[in-house]
Amino acid sequence: MAKVQTHTFDAVIVGAGGAGLMAALYASKGANVAVLSKLYPTRSHTGAAQGGIGAALGNSEEDHWEWHAYDTVKGSDYLADQDAVDVLCKEAIDTVIELELMGLPFDRFPDGSISQRRFGGHTNNDTGKPVTRACHAADRTGHMILQTLYQQCIKNNVNFYDEFHVVDLIRVDDTVRGVVAIEIATGEFHIFHSKAVLFATGGWGRCWEVTSNAHSLTGDGPAICLRRGIPLEDMEFFQFHPTGIYKLGILITEGVRGEGGVLINGEGERFMAKPEYAPNIKDLASRDVVSRAIYLEVMAGRGINGKNYVHLDITPETVNRYFEEEGSERRIDRAYIEAKLPDIADFTRTYLGVDPVTEPMPVQPTAHYGMGGIPTDIDGCVVLDSSNKVLPGMYAAGETACVSVHGANRLGTNSLVDLVVFGRRTGVHMASFCQETALLPLPENAADEVMASFEAMLKTEKGIKPHELRKAMQTTMTANVSVFRTEETMSKAMKDLAELRADFQNVVVEDKGKQFNSDLLETWELGCLLELAEVTAVSALARPESRGAHARDDFPDRNDEEWLRHSFCHKEGDSYRLDYKPVTLGRYEPKPRVY
Amino acid sequence: MQVQLRIRRYNPEKDKSAYWGEYTLNDANSNDSVLDLLHRVKWEIDGTLALRRSCAHGVCGSDAMRINGANGLACKTLVARLAEKGSSTVKIQIEPILGLKVLKDLIVDMDPFFEHYKSVQPFFINDTPAPENGRERLQSIEDRARFDDTTKCILCAACTTSCPTFWANGRYVGPAAIVQAHRFIFDSRDNGASERLQVVGDTFGVWRCRTVFNCTNACPREIEVTRAIAEVKAALVSGEL
Ligand SMILES: Cc1cc2nc3c(=O)[nH]c(=O)nc-3n(C[C@H](O)[C@H](O)[C@H](O)COP(=O)(O)OP(=O)(O)OC[C@H]3O[C@@H](n4cnc5c(N)ncnc54)[C@H](O)[C@@H]3O)c2cc1C
Ligand code: SF4
Ligand code: FES
Repeated sequence: MAKVQTHTFDAVIVGAGGAGLMAALYASKGANVAVLSKLYPTRSHTGAAQGGIGAALGNSEEDHWEWHAYDTVKGSDYLADQDAVDVLCKEAIDTVIELELMGLPFDRFPDGSISQRRFGGHTNNDTGKPVTRACHAADRTGHMILQTLYQQCIKNNVNFYDEFHVVDLIRVDDTVRGVVAIEIATGEFHIFHSKAVLFATGGWGRCWEVTSNAHSLTGDGPAICLRRGIPLEDMEFFQFHPTGIYKLGILITEGVRGEGGVLINGEGERFMAKPEYAPNIKDLASRDVVSRAIYLEVMAGRGINGKNYVHLDITPETVNRYFEEEGSERRIDRAYIEAKLPDIADFTRTYLGVDPVTEPMPVQPTAHYGMGGIPTDIDGCVVLDSSNKVLPGMYAAGETACVSVHGANRLGTNSLVDLVVFGRRTGVHMASFCQETALLPLPENAADEVMASFEAMLKTEKGIKPHELRKAMQTTMTANVSVFRTEETMSKAMKDLAELRADFQNVVVEDKGKQFNSDLLETWELGCLLELAEVTAVSALARPESRGAHARDDFPDRNDEEWLRHSFCHKEGDSYRLDYKPVTLGRYEPKPRVY
Repeated sequence: MQVQLRIRRYNPEKDKSAYWGEYTLNDANSNDSVLDLLHRVKWEIDGTLALRRSCAHGVCGSDAMRINGANGLACKTLVARLAEKGSSTVKIQIEPILGLKVLKDLIVDMDPFFEHYKSVQPFFINDTPAPENGRERLQSIEDRARFDDTTKCILCAACTTSCPTFWANGRYVGPAAIVQAHRFIFDSRDNGASERLQVVGDTFGVWRCRTVFNCTNACPREIEVTRAIAEVKAALVSGEL
């Protein structure tokens, strides 16, 4: 085998999105840290987040972190662990303040405080009405968070290894010893030997055809974990955001509805107000509820022109009419839309030729966010099973992790909070872990196994193109494991995915070179996606109830008696095994969820 | 519609010099992006084609390239915009951005670009104590608006690599770095303006700018780059922000 370069650090952080960078800032205060990212840090998908970061600052009206906690638990369809949710919502407040003190350019209220707007599922718990809780910087809040954290990392001399693609975790029994990465520019393998490893690799929306996720969101971290004996939690819960641009999947933030935008069906009705959907908070109901409503409208032939999309309308004409009907004093105009939603306006003008100030936007649900992921405790420590046994030195944070604060359905603005709150906690914990722990020796030939698998991939000369497999996977996931599922559809998906997994053995990588071999790396990523697609289908098929984003036509009700529990999916050889652990309850007893 | 693509190709492991690769796609759509087309070439015709991309909707800054002679993001440039009216065939020529070393096909060495970026101290500087009430620093809506335009930058390098001054001398910090400096210099909360002005006022700073406006035209975020540079120049001359 070729020679492998070895680097030694206290801790290695994989991923430079919001979670990885926040953890890096804190971990580097007490440990020697390297951040590895397959993308330049500022290319991470955190930069795509639009609408806001939730925190009960109460800058314009009464709000409390306990209200935020209740909304989060209710939004999660009671599957979130309530101790973790308390941490999230309490610490949201001072992490948002911390971001501001780092220079993040939030929009401002006239009194100079951070501007906040309404967002789906966030309410005043006394009145049940929407509350202004989403702190934002126009509609590019994630961009500002990513830039600000990266800037702080530069200021604090954090070590970056940009365009290093991590492909394996070095685990020896119940310890971790580092990771194996490919330097994309040279194709060389490197070992990063360390006491601690953090996976902050983001989501895996590319399992589906229509998605808001970047091409690079291929679930590498969770897939590597699975292969190294770490289970994945709650993988049946994947969020479909109700408003993706028709066919393209590009996200239209919920902030549009927060600013007054409404969903309209083919008959011109504001359908979210119907009694069967969300008569109280209407268009600002939780995402799962709105996505299902759109789906049902479309199935009933009430899509626009009978097609599979509806309209999202933020034109001042429509919005002001509804404001007036509701007796609200608020009015919006062109200037307001351009100021509060500039990027959205740019997207729809660029990609659809639609001016949102004068025309409604065609939207459909888009695969958006993985609630599940690598199981952790509230300090980012990865757990190995349903008894919460920790794998010392192994951490996960951000979308890739499952703490679980989002349960069966994440509220808008809560991912960005999750990144910074748990990114910070994880960084702090890693630093102290590294101070207390000695570096364990590297096993011999630690990179050999994964290097051999890459060599094998390059050897295949005749067979199927990766792109064809990817398309087939996305097609079956979209048709069968989507907004609604049944035993029949999921079984179909499992069958298709098993075939695709077999085909993957014959996948052909055309580029046999070393430098910037994205053909090879994309194919490896496809392997990750295939595995996560399968885990999603397996976990979903095993849950005979409907909860949050997991909606089954054949089991339409939530079943708290038997299913108020988290799933853990383990990979054993070529098959999967599930076990379960109970949800941590707290102040909020599960009740039926109405909006 | 039919698209005829000419892509500048170079594989350092095989090619002595760069050449044009020609590809025809027969059933392209007018609202396909150039990135869609490049993906089709890579996925269906030639897997060795190398490019950077991630978000596919103009927010990550990965895929700045020279498209029909002008810099832009591949994912944000639609075929319709490149098509001649009435013609059913579109010719598109794609090259790597200029002024940075080509590493493979459309991939250039971004290190010098990020070095310039880092040279302007692109981070918030304010060592005064945070407000005692444990809350955010306040900023008026007007003060916030003062630097809004330059907060939008995604570091795609389209501006810097469209600038004749930068082509002539890679030591020029370039428009993108000045945009970053502007973002902090005009932030009422920041106290690092004098250090930054020193960097951008240096021999390889703003005075190299010849106001060609290429940068402004190239910016996919519609930042008024030339104007930001002019404002920094004005601050240097007057000593006032
Ligand atoms: C369009 C859009 C809008 C959104 N809007 C909001 C919003 O308004 N509010 C909100 O709260 N949430 C929002 N979200 C969700 C939220 O933005 C994401 O969940 C969150 O940003 C994920 O951050 P992360 O740090 O976990 O991962 P990411 O930012 O995705 O970063 C992943 C990192 O991992 C690296 N990486 C991955 N695999 C590897 C590997 N194998 N080797 C090395 N590096 C690797 C990547 O290079 C990258 O640096 C939105 C999401 C999308 C897609
Ligand atoms: S100013 Fe515009 S063109 Fe220049 S790097 Fe920033 S986003 Fe790109
Ligand atoms: S792929 Fe992100 S800007 Fe084009």
